[in-house]
Amino acid sequence: MSVRRVMGTEVEYGISVQGQPFANPMLASSQVVNAYATGSAQARRARWDFEEESPLRDIRGWERPRGMADPSQLTDEDLGLANIILTNGARLYVDHAHPEYSSPEVTNPLDVVKWDKAGELVMLAAIRRAPQLPGGQPIALYKNNTDNKGASYGAHENYLVPRSTPFTDIVRHLIPFFVTRQVICGAGRVGLGQDGRGHGFQISQRADFFEVEVGLETTLKRPIINTRDEPHADPERHRRLHVILGDANLAEVSTYLKVGTTALVLAMIEDGFIAEDFSVESPVAALRAVSHDPTLTQLITLKSGRTLTAVQLQWEYHDLARKFVEERYGADADAQTVDVLNRWESLLTRLVDDVWSCSRELDWVAKWRLLSQYRDRDGLDWDDAKLQLVDLQYSDIRPEKGLYHRLLAAGRMERLISEGEVEAAVHLPPTDTRAYFRGRCLEKYADQVAAASWDSVIFDLSGRDPLQRIPTLDPLRGTQAHVGALIDRCADARDLVDALTHRS
Amino acid sequence: MAQEQKQPRKSSESEETEVAPEGSVAERKVALDEDVDAILDEIDEVLEANAEDFVKSFIQKGGQ
Repeated sequence: MSVRRVMGTEVEYGISVQGQPFANPMLASSQVVNAYATGSAQARRARWDFEEESPLRDIRGWERPRGMADPSQLTDEDLGLANIILTNGARLYVDHAHPEYSSPEVTNPLDVVKWDKAGELVMLAAIRRAPQLPGGQPIALYKNNTDNKGASYGAHENYLVPRSTPFTDIVRHLIPFFVTRQVICGAGRVGLGQDGRGHGFQISQRADFFEVEVGLETTLKRPIINTRDEPHADPERHRRLHVILGDANLAEVSTYLKVGTTALVLAMIEDGFIAEDFSVESPVAALRAVSHDPTLTQLITLKSGRTLTAVQLQWEYHDLARKFVEERYGADADAQTVDVLNRWESLLTRLVDDVWSCSRELDWVAKWRLLSQYRDRDGLDWDDAKLQLVDLQYSDIRPEKGLYHRLLAAGRMERLISEGEVEAAVHLPPTDTRAYFRGRCLEKYADQVAAASWDSVIFDLSGRDPLQRIPTLDPLRGTQAHVGALIDRCADARDLVDALTHRS
Repeated sequence: MAQEQKQPRKSSESEETEVAPEGSVAERKVALDEDVDAILDEIDEVLEANAEDFVKSFIQKGGQ
C-alpha cells in the first residue's frame, strides 16, 4: 500500500446570520442546503437512504442500545432536515446545527484536496443564493472548528481499512501519530481552553475538545480514536476508520499531507511494519500540550521513557514510512507517495529551521505569521479582539472577506489544484470509485432517482413497483471503467437498471 | 531522560548554498517591512468593522 486508498472528508461549517447572533442555526443551515438545491439543475430531489447507517455500532464489536445513546448520536434518524446528493457524488446536508459537506469517495490525497475544495465552492454558491430565496437571510460560513465560547464542530476524515488489521494495533500506532501530526495539519487558533478564555495562540482548533483516548462519541467526551463502525462497505472485509480529531483546513498542502501521511501510517500498521511502540504517556494531555506550544519545543514523554518533541516523533513516523516505501516499492513507488514523503520531510526540517518558510503551505503557520505581524505593527496582546477576529475571519469562505483567500489572492498560499479543476469537481464525480455511479445517476436520471446513499442508488421507475435499489457496497466498483459506457448508452434509467439486473 | 535527537534535526543537511542577496541587509529589511505593511493594509480593508462585537456575536451550537 501507499498513500492510495479509499477515503474522504466531511466538514461541518460554522454558520452565522449576519446581524442576528441568536438566529436559529438549524433553520439557517437548512436555508444553505435548500438554496444550493434550488440553484442546481436537478429537478427532483433524491432522499438520503438511511438503511445502511448504524451510528451506534462500535468498531470493537458491540452495539450501544438506542435508549442509552445521547440524542445527538442518532444520526440515522431522518428529521426532515435538508439533505441532498450532488452530481459530484457528495452529500450536502444539515448535521446538528451546521451545514455539512461530505466529499465523494476518492482514492488519493490530491483528489481529497480537490473534492474538499469543491465543497467550499458548493457552500459559497449556496450562501450567494440564500438571500434571494423567500425568507432568505444573509448568511456567512466559516471553515473552522470552534466559536471560542465552548462549542466545537468537526472536520472528519474517513479511511477504508481491512477488517483483518487488529484494532489494537491501529490504536497503539495511531494515537502517537495523531497527538503530533497537528504540527503539519493544525489550523491555528487564538485562545486557550474550550471557551478560549486563556490568552495565547495554539496550533490546533480541536485539541482542547478531546477528553478520552478511545470511544464511540463524537459530540461529547470526544475520543482521539473514534470507534464508530459503519463501514459503508462489506463489513466482513472492511472497517471505515472515522477520524474526528483533525482541524478543518483551508491550506491545500495541510489537507494533502493530513490525509497523505495518515494513509501512509495506516499502510504501515496494516503491514505490521512498525516494530517500535511510540505509545505516549497521557495522550490527551500531550495533545493539548503540543497544541499550546507553537514554538515546537514542548517535550512529550513516551511510555518507554523516551522524551522528544512533536516534530521529532513525526520524524520517527516519516523515517519509517520512507523505509517502508523503499522496501516495498523501491523505484516503483507512485508519484504521489513520493511527493507526500518529500513534502513531509521538507516541512519537518523547515518547521524547526525556519518556521515562516512554511507559511505558504500550512494553515497554522500562515495564521500565526499574520497574527504576529499584527502584534508587531499594532502592539496587540493575545486577548485583543482584533486578533480573535483575524483568527475567525481567516476561515470565512468568501474570497472577498476570508483572510486565507486574501493571502491566496496575494500569491502567499501554495495551490495544488487549479481553480478550474476545483470548479469542475463541483459538478463532476471522481472517476475511480462508486461515487462515479452515484454522481452520474444524479446528473443523468435526476427525475428517476428516489434516494441514494454511500452504498445504494434507489430508482423510482414509472410503471414499476416497488422501488429498484441498486446496491453499491464495493467502493471500487461503479467506476467510469465499469459503468461509464453503460450510462452513456442508457438514455433512461429503466435501461440502466435492466442492464445492471440482467433483465434485458 | 535526555533527548535522543537534537532539534533541529537534519539542520546540517538542509543548509543550502545561498545566492548572494542583492543590496544590503538593511535594504532587504526595508523591502520586507513594506511587503508586510502591504498585506496588512489590504487585510485591514476587509476586516469586519467592530472586532469586539463581531467576535462576541459568533455563537455556535456544538457539532460532532
